[in-house]
Parts: sequence; C-alpha cells; structure tokens
Amino acid sequence: MTRDRWEAVVMGGSAGSLEALTAILPDLPENFPLPILAVVHLPADKKSMLPEVLRCKCRLRVCEAQDKEPIQPGTVYFAPPDYHLLVECDRHIALSYDEPLRFSRPSIDVLFESAADVYGESLVGVVLSGANSDGANGLATVLAGGGVGVVQSPGQAYSTAMPLAALEKCPTAEVMVPGEIAGYLKGLCNCDR
Amino acid sequence: MPHRIEDLEIRLLLEAIYQKYHYDFRGYSMASIKRRLAHAKDKLACGTISHLQDKVLHDPAIMPEVLEMLTVQVSELFRDPLYFKVIREKVLPHLHTYPSLKVWIAGCSSGEELYSFAILFREEGLEEKTMFYATDINPDALKKAQAGVYGLDRIQLFTENHRKSGGKSSLSEYYTAAYGGAKFDKSLRKRVVFSDHSLVTDQVFAEVHLISCRNVLIYFDKELQNRALGLFKDALVRKGFLGLGSRENLRFSTHAEAFDEFARDEKIYQRRGVL
Repeated sequence: MTRDRWEAVVMGGSAGSLEALTAILPDLPENFPLPILAVVHLPADKKSMLPEVLRCKCRLRVCEAQDKEPIQPGTVYFAPPDYHLLVECDRHIALSYDEPLRFSRPSIDVLFESAADVYGESLVGVVLSGANSDGANGLATVLAGGGVGVVQSPGQAYSTAMPLAALEKCPTAEVMVPGEIAGYLKGLCNCDR
Repeated sequence: MPHRIEDLEIRLLLEAIYQKYHYDFRGYSMASIKRRLAHAKDKLACGTISHLQDKVLHDPAIMPEVLEMLTVQVSELFRDPLYFKVIREKVLPHLHTYPSLKVWIAGCSSGEELYSFAILFREEGLEEKTMFYATDINPDALKKAQAGVYGLDRIQLFTENHRKSGGKSSLSEYYTAAYGGAKFDKSLRKRVVFSDHSLVTDQVFAEVHLISCRNVLIYFDKELQNRALGLFKDALVRKGFLGLGSRENLRFSTHAEAFDEFARDEKIYQRRGVL
C-alpha cells in the first residue's frame, strides 16, 4: 500500500457526529495529503456553523463547499445545508438541489456514491454517529469500488442507528472509536503526527 | 471497470437525445446527470444505459418522461425568503426608477419563482409596468407554470415563506382552492410570456432589468455555466440585476468581472455600468 494510493476521504454523520468530528479533524496535520468531503445532517433553513466551529480547532483548511470549486488536499469541505454534495470527475465540487434522498439533503449516500464513482479504490469512507440509516448504501458502494470503509464504534456513538446500519450493509468495514480514526487516516498516508 | 463503460454509454445517450430531440444535456454536470439517469434507468426498467438509449430512440413517447427526470426541479413560492426580502427592499427601489420593466425568470420550471415575483411586484406597485418572461426547456413544466396549481399541502410553507419575505398582503388573496389544489389567480399571469428557451442552445431574446435564475447553473459544467452567464450579461441593461441560487457564485466564471456583488449572502449581482 503506497502513500499515493489514497486520493480522498468522505465522511458522514448526523446526531452526535460533531463530537466525533471534533475528535478526528483537529488531530490531522496541516500537511495531510487528502481532501476530506463531509456531509452532516443539519436543519435546511439555517446557516451552518460547522465550518466556523471546527476551523479554529483544526490545522486543516475547513470550509463550506462551493459549487465548481477545485478539490484541494488538506482541506475539509462540508456540504451546505439543503444541498447535496457531489464530486465531478475532474475533481471539482458539484452541488445539487435534487430531491432529498430518504428525507436527507444533503445525503451521505449521494456524496459517497458520487465520490466512489470518481475515486474508486482510492477512497476512504467514514460513517459516524447518527440517527438514521443514511450512509449505509453509500459505504457499500465505496467498498464495492475497492475503497476502504470505517465505521464509528456503535458502542461509543451518541446515536447508534447510522453506524449499525452501515455495519449491517458492510460487515467488513473497520470499526473504531473517533480517537483512533485520525490515527488510522494518518497511517494510510504515512503522516506520523 | 464497469462504471467506465457506463460513462461511455451516458455520453452516447446524451448525444442521441441531442441528435433526435434537440435537448442538449451534453454540457451538464456529469455527477448530477449520472444520478438522474440512474434513476431513469431504474424507473423505466432498463438494465443498462444503452437499453435506455434504445428506448429513447425508438419510442418517442417516453421522451417527455425522460426529460422530466432529467430536469425535475421542485421549488417553493418565496423559497429563501431573505432573497425576496432583499429584492423587495434593496433592488426594487432601483427598478422603480425605470418607466417600464422586463423581468426574466430563467429555468422557471413549474412556476413557483414566477408567481413569487408576480405577487411581489403587485405588492410593491410595479406590476403594471412590468413584463415577465418565464422560460424553461421542458414543455410540461411550462404547462404547469401556466396552470399555476400547487398542492394544498404546500400552501402552509408558501405562506410562511411569503410572510418572512416581508409580504404586505395575505397569500390567500392570490389563490383559490380548486382542482384538488391551490390555483393561483390568472390575473398574476396577464403580464407573463411563457416560452420555451434553452440557456444551452438559444440566444438572448430581450433586454431585461432583472434576471432570476436559481439552482439552474449548478447543473451545468463550467463551460456551459459561462455560456449562460454570457447570455445574462448580454441580456441585462447596464446596472441590471442578476439573482442566483444561495450556493451559486460567479467566482469560478469568466464573466465574474462583468458583475458587482450587490447582496453577497443572497447572491444578487449587478451588471457593471462600463465595460
């Protein structure tokens, strides 16, 4: 497994996932070589505070994804409220206002499936705490494309439904507590700290 | 890899749709079109995109359904109420200064945005001097826009949005419950021209003072987005206004320098006076 094998990380979560993200993202170094694309379910009609909240804790660049923006390494892109986040084959952000998928917009499945199509076996999918089953199909697509899957340990998650649904669909995914996920991601890319 | 074959099939299908029906989706965002075609493939019980292409080419009767699935866009009256509040409070004072007005709702879909503007302009006393152009590529969507009938279950949301936008009247003045839905008053349409127009293949048709085109450009690739923004630039009078969707921006466009940011958070731009 060479350091260049991996191209991107996708993450998804809902209830309780901010806590997990706060344990993962600040632990990644500024030279972390992959982009991280993330969907967190939030109210559709409110401005998201997630990028602001995490920006001051992280060494990575943290932003809300903008349509047509080139995807850069060492950057965390959050889906804007009420829009799906997708990846274009030329490694640009694409947003969509298509129907919610299983009541979710942004949808974790939409992000994971779109990223799996572009990054294939170079993709890492991470499903965090959450109260519904969004992300399970998406993670299965990531694995089917040859990528790897990580699921937050349901025992440690604030909401277990999302990790449990992901594990039911993807029994071979790695199971970790948030504190281990950052170390795992750094290990994949040979970042030691 | 199988999904690369599917990429090829998608390109062939879009070419087939263009050659046979003159709907040009070839410059659409591939990430979105793929999802929509996957949905169409399932819904029409096709095993592959090639199978879907076979149907599209040999059975013209299914094209409206495919077109619907490729263009479907559900909106709301006064969606993003703050957008309309800023139009009302900051843009309309400028528009009041013109003797007559033309407003273009580009990609009007089933008409929610159009009725929002028609009501807003009536409330603000601008309706009588305004001509609205409501355009879309989907004839079925245009028919729905012309009918102006929406599900009663959506009215509560529309009413709430209208109130938040600074509405000066009651939304219930503009519709009657009929046909199992809320039918918006035909007087709102008397100054509207509904027209089939494509931002991809058609040209500018009028000089306009305000263009609202929300959540349309995100479905275009960069080149096509530049084409559409070029049309808007050419259609707008100097100092005319362009409103985009809440997550659309001109930042990555070649036409960025032709516009000033007028209301940043609401994505309202103003055509520069001198170029």
